[in-house]
Amino acid sequence: MIEVKNLCKSFDGLQVLKDISTVFEDGKTNLIIGQSGSGKTVLMKNLVGLFEPTSGQILYDGRDFVRMSKQEKVRMRREMGMIFQSAALFDSLTVLENVMFPLDMFSSMTLRERTKRAMDCLDRVNLMGAEEKFPGEISGGMQKRVAIARAIAMNPKYLFCDEPNSGLDPKTSLVIDELLHGITREFNMTTIINTHDMNSVMGIGENIIYIYEGRKEWQGVSSQIMNSTNKRLTDFIFASDLLKEMREAVTQQHQNS
Amino acid sequence: MVFQKMLTFAAGMKFLYNALTTFGKFMILMGRTFSLPERFRMFWKQYVKEMSQLGVDSIGIVLLISFFIGAVICIQMKLNIQSPWMPRWVSGYTTREIMLLEFSSSIMCLILAGKVGSNIASEIGTMRVTQQIDALDIMGVNSACYLILPKILGMLTIMPFLVIFSSAMGIMGAYGTAYIAHIIVPDDLTLGLQHSFNPWFVWMSIIKSLFFAFIITAVPSYYGYTVEGGSVNVGKASTDAVVMSSVLILCSDVFLTQLLS
Repeated sequence: MIEVKNLCKSFDGLQVLKDISTVFEDGKTNLIIGQSGSGKTVLMKNLVGLFEPTSGQILYDGRDFVRMSKQEKVRMRREMGMIFQSAALFDSLTVLENVMFPLDMFSSMTLRERTKRAMDCLDRVNLMGAEEKFPGEISGGMQKRVAIARAIAMNPKYLFCDEPNSGLDPKTSLVIDELLHGITREFNMTTIINTHDMNSVMGIGENIIYIYEGRKEWQGVSSQIMNSTNKRLTDFIFASDLLKEMREAVTQQHQNS
Repeated sequence: MVFQKMLTFAAGMKFLYNALTTFGKFMILMGRTFSLPERFRMFWKQYVKEMSQLGVDSIGIVLLISFFIGAVICIQMKLNIQSPWMPRWVSGYTTREIMLLEFSSSIMCLILAGKVGSNIASEIGTMRVTQQIDALDIMGVNSACYLILPKILGMLTIMPFLVIFSSAMGIMGAYGTAYIAHIIVPDDLTLGLQHSFNPWFVWMSIIKSLFFAFIITAVPSYYGYTVEGGSVNVGKASTDAVVMSSVLILCSDVFLTQLLS
């Protein structure tokens, strides 16, 4: 479980995150949604330690990440996995070497065990047969799956995903969503996903946090979004005509019944 | 007038502030770089790879340039210095001294600053903008140590060999002018190459090149590691890295030559 308490972050006097407090629960797919520039990525970068918060606390199962020493943070980070928007695979390494990288770096397994573990992870993301390819030789969706395999190789307790569906077609996005949701359940991880994708919100959002101009505006589950009265949230969620019509249809159905 | 002086003073102070800030950041990065690697197995793999990529892959261009420069120096010495009043060994002697004392260490490192420096800055810079360095940091890897230390140590290891190869090839170039172009008598050249040979000059050349090897790997690594933005900034960082490395090589050459002579 990750608890965020009164988190603030400023850049040169400009406050980007304003007093955010929330809880990300174990075994759940937690989604952070919000418009571009609302502070989602900054919040995630604070959570993983790429940015230092201006004030506030980030508690990983009660351990205060902000107050930890550098060494403790390094140890803590070995319990985290992260999937970047661009996948951030190492260009000079093959798919298998990319997945093996954290194992090579930190595990005490033998080469045979490390290879087996990496192959299992690739199998989990349905990428068997691509292990000898380089990141430049595979599609964007495959790169994202390699990134997921690399992130879960060390059995992390906390998984962070920064817009995992960006640049992917709707069908591949669904595959990625199901994969992340499945892995979260399977390994009882605390998964936090930054997303704009409404399919993800409706499909896998078990705990959704809506950020508006650096502030936590709303928190709930996907089923509550449909009936939410928060104007900013509904304006954001139902920005497309299709979703607007869907919402009206649902409301109509409720009134009729 | 006073206002103009104040403006000049302010500009000078700003320059000094920026230079000190950059130096401070560079020292912090080097502090992170020169720490114990997490896994020696991975460090060794990177070290061997960098030796091959930065050093062994540069041997070709070093040999080619050294051969022609050796030949050109010998021709210039023969045509412009050699006269009936000069001893017949003078062309060979000056060719050897120039190759050994300056070309094989300083000028060759200036050339390598262009080849190796831009390669390092663009490689690390691209890793930075594509979040590969962030990925390393989040895994708990000391990214500076993992990426930069093998480059610095790899180049330091291979540089003495490049200096020796360069000197040897320069002398072969000089022999080329003697045997192929018949510009100088081979015996005169041999006499000059052997005249008043001071073995310390070889060591001096190697010691200087080790300092330069550090500059042409550490400075571009800094520029690449601290790049922000996109591909345009990576290109700018690469150019800045080459310019700064070249300037630092030339400045340190003055001090090192004075110190070691």
